[in-house]
Amino acid sequence: VKVAQSRARRPIEDTRRMQTDAGADPTRCELIERIRLICGEHHVITDHAALETYRSDGLLQYRQTPLVAVLPGAASEVQAVVRACHQAGVPFVARGAGTGLAGGALPVADGVLIVLTRMRRILSVDLDNAEVVVEPGVPNSAVSRAVAPTHFYPPDPSSQVVSTIGGNVAANAGGAHCLKYGVTTDYVTGLDVVLADGTLVELRRGAPGYDLLGPFVGSEGTLGIAVAIYLRVRPVPESVALLMAFFESPAAAGDAVTAIVGAGILPAAIELMDRDATTAGEQAIRAGFRTDAGAALLIELDGSARQCEAQLEHAGRICGQQHALEVRLAGNAAERELLWRLRKAALPALGRIASTYYVGDSVIPRTRLGDVLRRIEQISADQGLRVVTVLHAGDGNLHPHVFYDPGVPGESDKAKTVAGEIAKTCVEAGGSITGEHGVGVDKVKYMSLMFSEADLDAFERLRGAFDPDGLANPGKVMPAA
Amino acid sequence: VPETITPSTFAEAAAALGGAAASPRPVRFSGSGTKLGWGGSPPRQALRIQTAGLARKVEHNAGDLSATFEAGASLSWIQSELAASGQMLALDPPIGADDRSPTLGGIFATADSGPLRHRYGAPRDLVLGMTIALSDGTIARTGGKVMKNVAGYDLARLLTGSFGTLGLILSVSVRLHPLLAGTVTALGASNDPGVLRDCVVRISREPLDLESLDIAWRGGQGGILARVGGLDAAERAERVIAIMLACGLRATEVRANDEPLWARQRTGQRSTDRAVVQVSARPSELDQVLRIAESCEGTVVGRGGLGISYVTVNVNRVVPLRSGLPQGSSAIVLDLPVSARGAVDPWAAQEDGPELALMRAVKHRFDPAGVCNPGIFVGGI
Repeated sequence: VKVAQSRARRPIEDTRRMQTDAGADPTRCELIERIRLICGEHHVITDHAALETYRSDGLLQYRQTPLVAVLPGAASEVQAVVRACHQAGVPFVARGAGTGLAGGALPVADGVLIVLTRMRRILSVDLDNAEVVVEPGVPNSAVSRAVAPTHFYPPDPSSQVVSTIGGNVAANAGGAHCLKYGVTTDYVTGLDVVLADGTLVELRRGAPGYDLLGPFVGSEGTLGIAVAIYLRVRPVPESVALLMAFFESPAAAGDAVTAIVGAGILPAAIELMDRDATTAGEQAIRAGFRTDAGAALLIELDGSARQCEAQLEHAGRICGQQHALEVRLAGNAAERELLWRLRKAALPALGRIASTYYVGDSVIPRTRLGDVLRRIEQISADQGLRVVTVLHAGDGNLHPHVFYDPGVPGESDKAKTVAGEIAKTCVEAGGSITGEHGVGVDKVKYMSLMFSEADLDAFERLRGAFDPDGLANPGKVMPAA
Repeated sequence: VPETITPSTFAEAAAALGGAAASPRPVRFSGSGTKLGWGGSPPRQALRIQTAGLARKVEHNAGDLSATFEAGASLSWIQSELAASGQMLALDPPIGADDRSPTLGGIFATADSGPLRHRYGAPRDLVLGMTIALSDGTIARTGGKVMKNVAGYDLARLLTGSFGTLGLILSVSVRLHPLLAGTVTALGASNDPGVLRDCVVRISREPLDLESLDIAWRGGQGGILARVGGLDAAERAERVIAIMLACGLRATEVRANDEPLWARQRTGQRSTDRAVVQVSARPSELDQVLRIAESCEGTVVGRGGLGISYVTVNVNRVVPLRSGLPQGSSAIVLDLPVSARGAVDPWAAQEDGPELALMRAVKHRFDPAGVCNPGIFVGGI
């Protein structure tokens, strides 16, 4: 979230267009009136200045003003608003906390923005069945808080303090710990969904019929709006251990990751930071970390106390064999906290070095880390733009940060070229254009790198079944029809 | 003998399917045929597309713990290929009646699973991507082969468990795990369903990293089996035993040579002469499931920690079993004796609500000709 706030003062792509005057359009005027009746006047925003907050999500390079923003307070209100949109033939976009980094919650001009942040009740907590039921506006970290201290909710996007479960479901959010624990889709056991025509469907894991939960999670608001979310939680592991290892180069660190996982160790998280990221983090927290290494690995292990101890020792030994310059083991909670602080401080600190950057989200097979990181260095050098990479190395999910100055003519185009080249490199290495941020509006242009016409047509079939009129978040995930 | 096509390439398979749709003529897909009796009555005069010719390893990236196999590859062959690298596909559904190994395509089409589901999940939790043939003759890919991927819709999960009603699975990319090593199993017994329930719930609430947590019930006697692997397996098994004793289970022991126990659990999921009903309930409702199963003279094996039970009963007990289950649970009939097929709706009467309407819309979009395994799925899809 801090990332988002420090970014992009000037849009590289402004999708603004002339606003339709709602007053001149009786259908839209009537729709706004209906929405006011459904949700109450206080929860309906039409004032242009007040709508400013909602013009972008976390990807500030895209902006759009909706016709109206509405903050429903209950599932029945969402259903009524969507039904009204459907009857008026007006598109709608759902939005949570707006931390998404792909423009998935970018409003549609003349459309209705349905903001779910008022729906933040935890509906039930059932630890015997390891299940929690929440409304979509509940922040991610509130779920773990609700089941503490015995249990936790594993998906932990870095925006977790604010980002909502509804948004996490839309994006199929991951986080640092998904190497061992999986992503949002692995934890959603049920959804109440308002379809684009206002129908409410109850999708449950284990119910007879198609697994519609699977495709709904990660559908970025294009198949409907989840108004109640059933989540599985897990018992908190008995103990946690952490080590940090410094390497000559990112490629050498990548090889160490492959060796560790190849040895049968499944860490809870493996984060890789390049030299710039490590330096920025150290400058921010001044804890005496070395800044001369090409890359640093942060490895978290969890399990029983004995397993942790043995795996920590084993992973440390492998790092040594892989020519680590230094291996630091965190012996206690304070040291663990310090090591994570370095990683967490890196991104906001980078924002101080240069305010404008674009965050990539490609995935590669873990074993290709070395090659791909070298290629990214080459792309960065060719275009003369700085690229700083942090990555969830265990599952090969890269977040290259492409820095540019929008004040320099041509530089934002160069940034787009660099981002595009990186995405292409990752797809060619057998990977994906997005691992956890989603396609949104931003990566629609890369979809054809990964998918053929026939593949995209199959996606359209699914979307058509859920939303034949194309009213739910049009223009996202797939090119607008 | 039905007319059968055995394509040896994806293009041949897609062409055969496309040709049938153009006729139009219904098509049945089959692998090694271990679960052909599952689902509703199959269409008559159907063309059979058999996947035996699509049984290759496409790739195995040991360092990435991922692999892609064609749909007709048998699970036993896949496991032997992977074991050479110390890895496995963490799926252990039961084998067929005459010891035939199920195929990858069949396992994913039916979403079948075994005791490893406790830790590693069902097929939908292990799928990374898929290649499918649709009834218009096109071939589509969905997902990929990397661990994290949110590009496009997750059609691989949609196809998993769809009983071949949306298209033909041609290949599946899966995530792999290191082979189980040094497992032991903690066992305990009780004839009180309430005691078993309390014990399962208590074990589930502890961070014990179990490989499997199963229950068994037969003739008024029940038991819990907890499989533990890894470095300190013996210690953690003792912790399970301590919970079992505290809950009042008896005859507790830790067994080292534990594979035969698990083979028996898997076998308990299949039957040739009785009905096998897959019940999904809450783990905390286990006692109710066991009681109604007992009153229907059923035997049970299942995933205690997940609330999934396979109840084997005589065919005439399917209806009373269903009506006695806890509210909100589901009961799908898997195996039925040949003589009883058609007499029992394996999906139970589905309410004609908006969920079923949505499923019909999905079916119609993917298979507008309606030729893919018509009539065998929920609501006659």
